Amino acid sequence: MSQTKKPVEEIDRVAIRFAGDSGDGMQLTGTKFTESTALAGNDLATFPDFPAEIRAPAGSLAGVSGFQVHFASEDIRTPADHPDVLVAMNPAALRTNLPDLRPGGMVIVNTDAFTTKNIAQAGYEEDPLPAARDSHRLVEIPLTSLNREALKDLKLGARETDRCKNFFALGIMFWLYNRPAESTERWLGGKFKGDVLEANLRVLKAGHAYGETTELFPVSFVVPRAKIQPGTYRNITGNTALAWGIVAAGQQLEQPIFLGAYPITPASDILHELARYRHFGIKTFQAEDEIAAACSAIGASFAGHLGICTTSGPGFILKQEALGLAVMTELPVVVVDVQRAGPSTGMPTKTEQADLLAAVYGRNSDSPIPVLAPSTPGDCFHTMIEAFQIAVRYMTPVVVLSDGYLANSSEPWLIPDVGALPRQTVDYATDPETFQPYSRDPETLARPWAVPGTPGLEHRLTGIESEDVTGNVSYIAENHEKMVALRSEKIARIANDLPPIETNGSASGELLVVGWGGTCGALTAAVNEARESGQDVSSIHIRHLNPFPSNLGDVLGSFKQVLVAELNQGQLWRMLRAEYLVPAESLAKVEGQPFKISEVRARIDQMLGGGAH
Amino acid sequence: MAAQAATPLKAKDFVSDQDVRWCPGCGDYSILKNVQRVMPDIGVPKEDVVFVSGIGCSSRFPLYMDTYGFHTIHGRAPAFATGIKAARPELSVWVVTGDGDGLSIGGNHLMHVLRRNLDVQILLFNNRVYGLTKGQYSPTSRVGMNTKSTPQGSIDHPIDPVSFALGAGATFVARAIDVDGPHLQEMLKRASAHPGTALIEILQNCPVYNDDEWVEVQERKSRAKTALVLEDGEPLVWGGPGERRGIAITDGVPSIIALGDDEDPTSKGVAVHDESHQSPSYAFALASLARPDFPVPIGVFRAVEKPSYERMLQDQVDAASVKAGPGDLHALLNSGDTWTVEA
Ligand code: SF4
Repeated sequence: MSQTKKPVEEIDRVAIRFAGDSGDGMQLTGTKFTESTALAGNDLATFPDFPAEIRAPAGSLAGVSGFQVHFASEDIRTPADHPDVLVAMNPAALRTNLPDLRPGGMVIVNTDAFTTKNIAQAGYEEDPLPAARDSHRLVEIPLTSLNREALKDLKLGARETDRCKNFFALGIMFWLYNRPAESTERWLGGKFKGDVLEANLRVLKAGHAYGETTELFPVSFVVPRAKIQPGTYRNITGNTALAWGIVAAGQQLEQPIFLGAYPITPASDILHELARYRHFGIKTFQAEDEIAAACSAIGASFAGHLGICTTSGPGFILKQEALGLAVMTELPVVVVDVQRAGPSTGMPTKTEQADLLAAVYGRNSDSPIPVLAPSTPGDCFHTMIEAFQIAVRYMTPVVVLSDGYLANSSEPWLIPDVGALPRQTVDYATDPETFQPYSRDPETLARPWAVPGTPGLEHRLTGIESEDVTGNVSYIAENHEKMVALRSEKIARIANDLPPIETNGSASGELLVVGWGGTCGALTAAVNEARESGQDVSSIHIRHLNPFPSNLGDVLGSFKQVLVAELNQGQLWRMLRAEYLVPAESLAKVEGQPFKISEVRARIDQMLGGGAH
Repeated sequence: MAAQAATPLKAKDFVSDQDVRWCPGCGDYSILKNVQRVMPDIGVPKEDVVFVSGIGCSSRFPLYMDTYGFHTIHGRAPAFATGIKAARPELSVWVVTGDGDGLSIGGNHLMHVLRRNLDVQILLFNNRVYGLTKGQYSPTSRVGMNTKSTPQGSIDHPIDPVSFALGAGATFVARAIDVDGPHLQEMLKRASAHPGTALIEILQNCPVYNDDEWVEVQERKSRAKTALVLEDGEPLVWGGPGERRGIAITDGVPSIIALGDDEDPTSKGVAVHDESHQSPSYAFALASLARPDFPVPIGVFRAVEKPSYERMLQDQVDAASVKAGPGDLHALLNSGDTWTVEA
């Protein structure tokens, strides 16, 4: 597309939110804009926020779907607290999203959708546009009619025609921020044929041309490339990174992967992604339920594969009994819980971090399991490799706690050099002379992994308490106590392999902000901003939640105040207070939404005695 | 199917060093002995044999077999077996379950393993009672059964394991009796040879909580009158001299036909057993036969071939590797849109 003849203004960063009906294709529009932005070399962070219903009634508040993308020429960590630009496809989208917009921000509306009926359905008593003209920079575009006009000579039905209007809007946004359209055009070419392809390409161009010619936009903007670490990048979501991390674990440990999974939001995409990689030797099994998914994965581990299951909260709870068996029989299996707002069905498409205690303590009796949490979408990749390394080295189930925010949001990801990824060999037991099912490695306390097909190593595993060394069924009191202690000591020893936790900021001081999982971007950004404004605050982000890194107690003890920030009612906060007896405070948020930087800063200000900004 | 063993094994090679802890007189002893006896004939090297079970008296079975074994959690043995067999199709995988484990808490998994036609053998010990939890009624207990949890008599309508399996689309369903060793061994061999899920309901006596539930067919002298032995291609005839009778099946409804000692059963309308009848309704009609009005059929109800789950899964893996070449992680990570930031 041609260069603009209007003036171009350079800006450091901008956050745009696309909002419309679930049927308006806002997730797709946001994704395509993001991909183009990534290719333009900006740092970015996205936040898709959509309803659980597949298609809520058109024009209703419940049906509004939003996608926020924040991009910059500098390092950014969050999708931004408040968007600068809102693209609202209908009154309901305006109503639900306008309050989030920064004061005086730009609102681009599809005026054709502001009919009396739609306005009423959104709960407005009168046309909201006059008020918006006063409060914001309102850009009123008759998107539906412009789109129809552009497509009038194609033989498309009215519905098919109107479905293209999101790409008209996308064309406008490409012009407004000088984004290349090639990646979207390529994608369209691979996805559609004939008139539908022609229509989408045409409105994308028409939107772009409209931006150039309309008087509504006197200038366009450009966000220069970010100065980030050299290398090859791609845009990636947490779920894709997680799936690829599973593929990578199979390659790096040279073991076949077996995934047992049952469809559940927001984890299903991992199953979908892995089902495409049979040529990596990966077997995916869509089980009849969550329990069968876990049991099949443990069965595969018994048979010598890397068993894994991916799920979300309600499914995770159903797997707990099977996980207890994996603890008892000491088999390596990894369970991923992409946490969502609960309890029960809760809010399936909304994020939360409230399964931590269930992961660490949620089985009958003392049944310790190592727990890890990735901190960014790209980090999901590396976390999966580490999870399998721990599982195999220590012969234990491992839980990975992702969350709905990480799962669906994306960031530019420095593609790792495959040669530099960790490798680990897996040693199966083979010697019938020395084999005992529950003998132990003196360093890790791991028992041997003896897989069917190995002559002379026939043995039985059971969920009944087993005798030390021999693995025979044993109800002897002393043996049980010893086995319980061995199982917990084994997990505790994982801490010996963990790197010391690193502090962002100073090694000691007034306030330490502690977080874990998908809140890393917001917490780090808030703490860095506060430090720049002169506040004595540092942060740590805990990746290993069981066992904790060995130096965690010392780090916590080096600060006068500790604030534990998490998207639950204080689960890590409780664990840290119990473990280290620190008088930590809790910043808890359970709205199904990630932290805003401002929320964290407000609490930092309060704890440090007064607002510094 | 797994390879043949190099040196011939004996029954004792399949006996583990653990003390068997079933109650004296339990039907499980006989089943265990017959399985251990038949394994050398089946001929799979014992390192390639895996016994998987859930929870219950019957589920202790793997602990007593000197093969690989996995005694898991209640009702879920078919799901564990699915992971084992799907991961390692070359293994010979056996599931041991009971009427409670397999049809109550584990009914869902049993249904799905059967419909997927995973190549495993499922031995369902049916004693029509919960043994390990001390005598509550089970999903196969008769209406009216008086137990600790049903002091006024059970009001649950029971399910028949053979009908259940047929309804789930099982490709091999058989019934055997705990104490009829030769027949049981024959059924075990047939199940092992079947390339898909093979379910054998084994009528098993629990002398402690439901004694003599199957006594009519267990005792040799009454068996001729009470059991109908199914043999492929043979008419459905039972009863000794002077009591010879046959089963006719009209529109899916079975009826009894009296036969003279020398009479040709087929000319009188007696059905001829056809294991591979294309419609399961024939086998379903057989499964409806029950005492006291009818004899209890034992033998193979249905044996048809369908591709097995683990075979099709492995075929997809193999085909994908041929088509796309072996997986290349670097290529995967760099697929699609990427961009390079120069130093
Ligand atoms: S309770 Fe019944 S089934 Fe269980 S071991 Fe005893 S006799 Fe056998």
